[in-house]
Amino acid sequence: MANKKSLLKGREAMVVGIIIAMVAVFSILSPTFRTYTTFVSILDCSYYVALMAIGVTFPLITGGVDLSIGTGLICYALFGGYLIVHKGMPVGIALVACVIVGTLIGLLNGFLVAVMDLPPFLATLCTCMINRGLGSLLSGGFGVSWPSALEPAGWFRSIFRFKAGGQVIPVGIALIVVLVIIMSFVLNHTKIGRYTFAIGSNKEATKLAGVNVKFYHIAAYTICGFFAGLAAIAYSATYVTIYPGSGAGFEMDAIAGAIVGGVSASGGIGSIIGAFLGVIVISLMKVGLPFIGLQANWQQIITGLVLIGAILIDVVKKKK
Amino acid sequence: MGDVILTMKGIDKSFPGVHALDHVDLEIRKGEVLALMGENGAGKSTLMKILTGVYSKDSGTITYEGKEVEFKNTREAQDAGVVIVHQELNMLGHLTVAQNLFIGREFKNGIKIDDKKMIEESKKLFDRLNVDIDPTEIMSNLTVGKQQMCEIAKAVSFDAKVIVFDEPSAALTESEIEEMFKIIRDLKKKDIAMVYISHRMDEIKVITDRVTVMRDGTYVGTLITKDCTKEDIINMMVGRVIYEDPKTESAVAKDAPVVLKVENLNAGKMVQNVSFELRKGEILGFSGLMGAGRTETARALFGADPKESGDIYINGQKVDIKSPRDAVKAGIGYLSEDRKRFGIVVQKTVAENTTMATMHEFMNGLFINKKKEKEVAQQHVDALATKTPGVDQLVVNLSGGNQQKVVIAKWLTRNSDILIFDEPTRGIDVGAKNEIYKLMNKLAAEGKSIIMISSEMTEILRMSDRIVVMCEGKKTGEIDISEATQENIMNLATREIN
Repeated sequence: MANKKSLLKGREAMVVGIIIAMVAVFSILSPTFRTYTTFVSILDCSYYVALMAIGVTFPLITGGVDLSIGTGLICYALFGGYLIVHKGMPVGIALVACVIVGTLIGLLNGFLVAVMDLPPFLATLCTCMINRGLGSLLSGGFGVSWPSALEPAGWFRSIFRFKAGGQVIPVGIALIVVLVIIMSFVLNHTKIGRYTFAIGSNKEATKLAGVNVKFYHIAAYTICGFFAGLAAIAYSATYVTIYPGSGAGFEMDAIAGAIVGGVSASGGIGSIIGAFLGVIVISLMKVGLPFIGLQANWQQIITGLVLIGAILIDVVKKKK
Repeated sequence: MGDVILTMKGIDKSFPGVHALDHVDLEIRKGEVLALMGENGAGKSTLMKILTGVYSKDSGTITYEGKEVEFKNTREAQDAGVVIVHQELNMLGHLTVAQNLFIGREFKNGIKIDDKKMIEESKKLFDRLNVDIDPTEIMSNLTVGKQQMCEIAKAVSFDAKVIVFDEPSAALTESEIEEMFKIIRDLKKKDIAMVYISHRMDEIKVITDRVTVMRDGTYVGTLITKDCTKEDIINMMVGRVIYEDPKTESAVAKDAPVVLKVENLNAGKMVQNVSFELRKGEILGFSGLMGAGRTETARALFGADPKESGDIYINGQKVDIKSPRDAVKAGIGYLSEDRKRFGIVVQKTVAENTTMATMHEFMNGLFINKKKEKEVAQQHVDALATKTPGVDQLVVNLSGGNQQKVVIAKWLTRNSDILIFDEPTRGIDVGAKNEIYKLMNKLAAEGKSIIMISSEMTEILRMSDRIVVMCEGKKTGEIDISEATQENIMNLATREIN
């Protein structure tokens, strides 16, 4: 865990292999797959999922989960859009607002799980519903559009998609990579990370070691909420309009990605790099499968199957 | 013996519905090992949890190094030098040894955790204790014995002046216990005071200086270990004389029919060419040290684990047991050593547990005949003298001994003729043990045949008609009870095999 023997360990190396294999298969079966546009669109739909996945890795490693991030993302993006469109606030404020609201909802999740002792699945299912309702309420049921890239106020879009001479440069990936590195450090080399693993490994024992378990348990969910806020920004920057009522199921892409990347759903095991790579696998399927003639329904089925495979690897490993 | 370092006086503690501790006194001296004994539920663990800040007391005083103290949590106790090595290993299986040792007090370098220093400090600690453990190993890869050593090392690393061991030997092998004792003797020389909670009399005799006995949440008395006998201690614990004489003669006729014959059973490293016979009405003891392969043999026989080869005959008929289902059909019942995991469903009632293996007999078409279920369960409760307010009681509310009786009832409803008792009295207090023994004898007298796996020598010598001894996956001998002694069993259990 903390002793990195190589940059990528077994599981992560395996996921890299899967990514290479998928790219190869798609490229061979569909020549149109090998284009810059495809590359950009894979990244475009990876940003918000990757940010959610980085965040949700923390609750997952504690042995919990956060189901509220999907509808949360939409709710925060709607709130931000509302501030800009209806209150005339500058974009910068809206961005900060997304992150603050996300963090607060994360804090609420952490409180429900760590202090009130609700099962994470149920606690975050409740906040998931609250998020959805709040989102609709704020937007009056209508979609909200953040400023477009053509307006000066649309500057925030170039954080992820920098336009130079009609060509989109996906600079967002650099931001994501930086965040992956920072959060890997947090997870592996700081107290917050160490105790996240410890709680997922044996919460009672961690408590007996004199660790303020409640604090660190809340911290894990708060980090998750913070990243859901960042994901809201990424989503607003990549897509034109945010519709209330969407967002349900987004969290599943993030959780699936994390699990494909080796984060254990029963806690104690996982890495940020793994979660990130797992998200790339999910995005590749989302964008790539239509190229070989498999539509959305198939993509869901295949994602499900891949997930079963990923979980089976863990189960078999445990049995040994 | 050194000066008094810690005194607990008039400690009182109630939980809802239970008066767990009733004005208990305790005194610990520097450089001594004090045994704390008592039946399950006597209040030993509660008392130690109050000492180490896990629970708070209702009244009473704790004086430590001349000052009155009250630790609000384990952290405060640790910082003051009062540490507990818990009964259940408190390990974080996914973390490394070093990360475990310093959990909650990591060395830091800015905001970064200094793993390097933690590994170095762990190495130093292990060197001091003379144990060979790699600090970078993932905890769950270590043997239980090594994990226990880590727990002790952790306790020592707090600069502990008082260390409480709560049943530290429960999961250790003989050699691991020896190793632990070496460490304890070492700590004694360093003037550290220790409290040693254990049910194992032989260990108490070897390692402790004084024995404090508790019963039903009260202080009974303290004895000097070398001046007292096992009987003295047991009498104080139970407040009654306990019959603990070994059996001297087999209760089974020489020509009793063979009900179970196992030939050359093989299943992995732990079960190699095991053969034995079990006669009608016999209690066949399986003795051996931890890891001798006794449970594995039982599980292979029962079809719970795959077997590689070997023949099983029941009443002379060859049977093919591939799964526990086959075994149950063939009339074998298995009472696991780990009741909570394999024996009972704790959140279900006594009645539901009793009929678990025989559901089909209680069905009215699609529906369960609850009335019949309760009647049959009640019959067993009466016959086995299970202490429960009723058959509707959830099993989780029963004591260990009574839970065991529910498991026995389950197999009796199934009419199993061959019962495998794996550590039948583990986690059961002395009084209830006797009842289980009586019950097993009664079952045998009624013609049931019993295989009893036990790690307790007294239990083996007291219950068995014949004893099979195993060592490292092989059967090393078979002794009739009339010839069995602790020495010859131990000899076979530790025999070197080439």
